[in-house]
Amino acid sequence: MTATTPGALRLVAVHTKFQLLETIRIPAAVIGNTVFPALALFFFVVPQADVAGNRLWATTAVASLAFFSVCSASMFTHGLGVAEDRESPFDPFVRSLPAGPVPRFVGRILVGLVMALFGMVPLLLVAAFFTEAGVPAPQLLAGVGMLLVGAVPFILLGIGLGYALTAKAAIAIVQVILFPLAFAGGLFMPPQLFPAWMDTVSLATPTRAGRDLLVDALGVEAAHGSSWLVLLGWTVAFGVLAIWAYRRDEGRRFR
Amino acid sequence: MTSAVTVTGVTRRFGPVVALDDVSLEVPAGQLVGVLGPNGAGKSTLLSLVSGRRRPDAGTVLLEGRDPRDPVARQGLGLTPQETGLPPTLRVGEVVDFVGAHFADPVPTASLLADFDLADLARRQTGSLSGGQKRRLAVALALVGRPRVLLLDEPTTGLDVDARHALWDAVRGYHRSGGTVLLTSHYLEEVQALAERVVVIDRGVVVGDDSLAGILARVDVQRVTMTSDDDVDELDGVVSAERDGDRRTVLTRDADAYVRTLVRSGLRFHGLEVRGATLEEAFAHVVAAPATTPEGTRR
Repeated sequence: MTATTPGALRLVAVHTKFQLLETIRIPAAVIGNTVFPALALFFFVVPQADVAGNRLWATTAVASLAFFSVCSASMFTHGLGVAEDRESPFDPFVRSLPAGPVPRFVGRILVGLVMALFGMVPLLLVAAFFTEAGVPAPQLLAGVGMLLVGAVPFILLGIGLGYALTAKAAIAIVQVILFPLAFAGGLFMPPQLFPAWMDTVSLATPTRAGRDLLVDALGVEAAHGSSWLVLLGWTVAFGVLAIWAYRRDEGRRFR
Repeated sequence: MTSAVTVTGVTRRFGPVVALDDVSLEVPAGQLVGVLGPNGAGKSTLLSLVSGRRRPDAGTVLLEGRDPRDPVARQGLGLTPQETGLPPTLRVGEVVDFVGAHFADPVPTASLLADFDLADLARRQTGSLSGGQKRRLAVALALVGRPRVLLLDEPTTGLDVDARHALWDAVRGYHRSGGTVLLTSHYLEEVQALAERVVVIDRGVVVGDDSLAGILARVDVQRVTMTSDDDVDELDGVVSAERDGDRRTVLTRDADAYVRTLVRSGLRFHGLEVRGATLEEAFAHVVAAPATTPEGTRR
């Protein structure tokens, strides 16, 4: 009886391992997530010789695509993953174990980051072999770090949507939110080409803030003064959404 | 000494539906209580409140003196996942490890699996287990944390007789070692086999809370059906009756005596059928109208 109850860190590790195992046992999800960004780069950027052949442009394009794929993976794996979990009868059991929501949330975030990193490997290989994109190693590391930080608000948004919606609705809503947000954030088209009013809107989006900070970390162009504030603001907002949706969820299902 | 589970004046609604209506229940440590009721009566809702998955709209729920919504209160709680709910891609051993890791002093995975005759299956993914194996794993998961209070929600639904009896033995063994059990079922037989005290819930209200024998006397009725144009349902011994055209359905505590009366009465009838009433029928007609006192408690 003297054994102590497991601490918070131990529970986070346990939940992370459990969710990671669940994720990698479904190879289709892993492969889709890993290969998609590399394919997009190969088909949309590599054929444009003037972009692929210009070091700065190519680096920016790879960075934008990398961030898009991180956003997309975060919102889809979490939005859909949480919604599907909620529909599974194992979920109420896990909720009744002696651990609060935090280990599961943190575990989810860590798994989302690991999966996003997997996706970066083929993308970076295609970038290295088929484009002129390139940055020195310290910047590359800084970029990867920034990518992970930038992913957090999208993971939280995905979790929030997953708890608020059914799986079918989650797919649709994630698409409706993700693509306009990616476009407005300059992930498909450099923000330098935006008209002034759109640039103003763009600067307030989490996608733009993440992209600017990423490009800054890579040493290509300086981020906007407000970028950190915007990213942090959205992180807090989506975190609140995720916790609200989690709490609200327990009252909704009938059985 | 604090009781294992204390439910006081609890009401829980889901939109317009009142799943539990001012329910109170106290389970002393070490008791094996069966919660009996038809599907949709509120049994599962009650367990979800005791396990802290939901919050009552009114009233309080205490688990060993604490709010079960506090994770610390659930250190001494064990419950089964639904059989269909095991994560299909994970191995048996991995699921046990995962659940055990939440507790201070878990039963080692290997010995737990051996106890439940699952040792050979530790490396198998749960999706490939048979129904009986999944159910054994579910009960093993409820016990991995050495709980003081065990909640079992319809533990043997869909199991064959052997598997059911094996699980009953496991539950009895746990109870003998001092554990508290709160078990829901809509099988009278299951509650009869295990419980020392029975709480009957119907439409969100506790309609009976008695010893096993006391409850059995109330729900033990037979159903007699026949086609007749006469008032065969107004004879002596009829507890409740229903008409559907010329089809008469009668619930009675003693079908033999009723049939004798029926034959002697000279009333016309044909197509007589006699069978034990289902629990749902018994609830609808007998428990819901507790004014009819049992004439002599048998056994």
